[in-house]
Amino acid sequence: MFTSNPFAELSATIPPIVMQTYVAVMVLLVVAGTVYDTLHKKSARYFFRNWRHASRTGTRRVGAGEMASLAARTVVVEGLMSGEFCNLRRRIAHLLTMYGFLAFVIATAVMVFRYPTPGTPAPAILPLLWYLGALLTCVGGYWFWFFIRVDVAAEGNSRFRVVYADLFILSLLASATSGLIWGYLQSAGNSWANPVFGLHILATTVLFGSVPWSKFAHMFYKPAAAFQKRVEEANGSRSNLPPPADRPETFGSARQQARHY
Amino acid sequence: MPTFVYMTRCDGCGHCVDICPSDIMHIDPKYRRAYNIEPSMCWECYSCVKACPQNAIDARGYADFAPLGHSVRVLREEKKGTISWKIKFRDGTEKDFVSPIRTTPWGSIKSPAEYEAPGGDSFSNQELAHEPEALKVDELPTLAPLRRETG
Repeated sequence: MFTSNPFAELSATIPPIVMQTYVAVMVLLVVAGTVYDTLHKKSARYFFRNWRHASRTGTRRVGAGEMASLAARTVVVEGLMSGEFCNLRRRIAHLLTMYGFLAFVIATAVMVFRYPTPGTPAPAILPLLWYLGALLTCVGGYWFWFFIRVDVAAEGNSRFRVVYADLFILSLLASATSGLIWGYLQSAGNSWANPVFGLHILATTVLFGSVPWSKFAHMFYKPAAAFQKRVEEANGSRSNLPPPADRPETFGSARQQARHY
Repeated sequence: MPTFVYMTRCDGCGHCVDICPSDIMHIDPKYRRAYNIEPSMCWECYSCVKACPQNAIDARGYADFAPLGHSVRVLREEKKGTISWKIKFRDGTEKDFVSPIRTTPWGSIKSPAEYEAPGGDSFSNQELAHEPEALKVDELPTLAPLRRETG
């Protein structure tokens, strides 16, 4: 099961060109949705206005080399390692979901475009990556949904209360879960495979088609915000925040003796 | 001067929801970011501003008395045990202050759960929990128990 390409088996009922068109349409929906979201919420205008303000109020100029270094650090720390999270559990759950989703999507695209039929057998690593990606997405996503989600952990709401903000995580979980079940049922020759595949397509279409209304576009905005934060630290503007305390031995808990009692 | 949240900085961790004494910091059901649900009930205690690990919360001065770009920003550094304030006045003057927030290393104070649970006889004791040892004294003065008048 884990080494057989589910899309090659599917090509017996759905022509590869239809699958490829569907994937291309999903990519276009993400691009169009992100652009619409940016224009509608004026995110880019807000970003550049903050950028100009930070440059104007900064105490030192950040050179091109330092800027490139900051960008590289943002990609590695905030992008690849989700370094902005202060809570370790949230960070681990986010990493599981993010890398699972990326593996799931990339393996899908490669199998659909490069190995769409049984006549073009895919390397065993690709289906394995597809199943593993879906599984990681489910582990990270359900952990977040049931235990870490702020609505549950801080607000004390029911784990099963659904709100508008859940559109992204729920459609992502529905897509990964139904994908896993469909792959299993299809490899087992079960007649429920087709209805579950229908659910998978529905969930995936909602996931990629709801970008303007969901949190999907955060994968583009968050790195930009993290980069801006690093630049503000470097040029001294710091969003008006005070500089880090430089003498904790005098002012902080590293003092030798308390004096304010 | 109610608080507000920079949505691009907030990561929806819920620290402000936990700490707000007015219970007015909550999570927006549309964006899953924190927001002040009732600005008129905010008494500017700055608890959420200090607790926010992303420095995403700020306090806004009312336009009738605090215009022209003043700001009060705060940075809490747990490891150093410091809290720093940056006051920017309307005329552009800036002042920085640093204060201690504790006298012991971060993480060194035992939580209530780590103490031994009090026994039933504590109900008749005049001392509060962990007294007198938590006050670093040997003994506290106590009142003589009242005697019930009979007859």
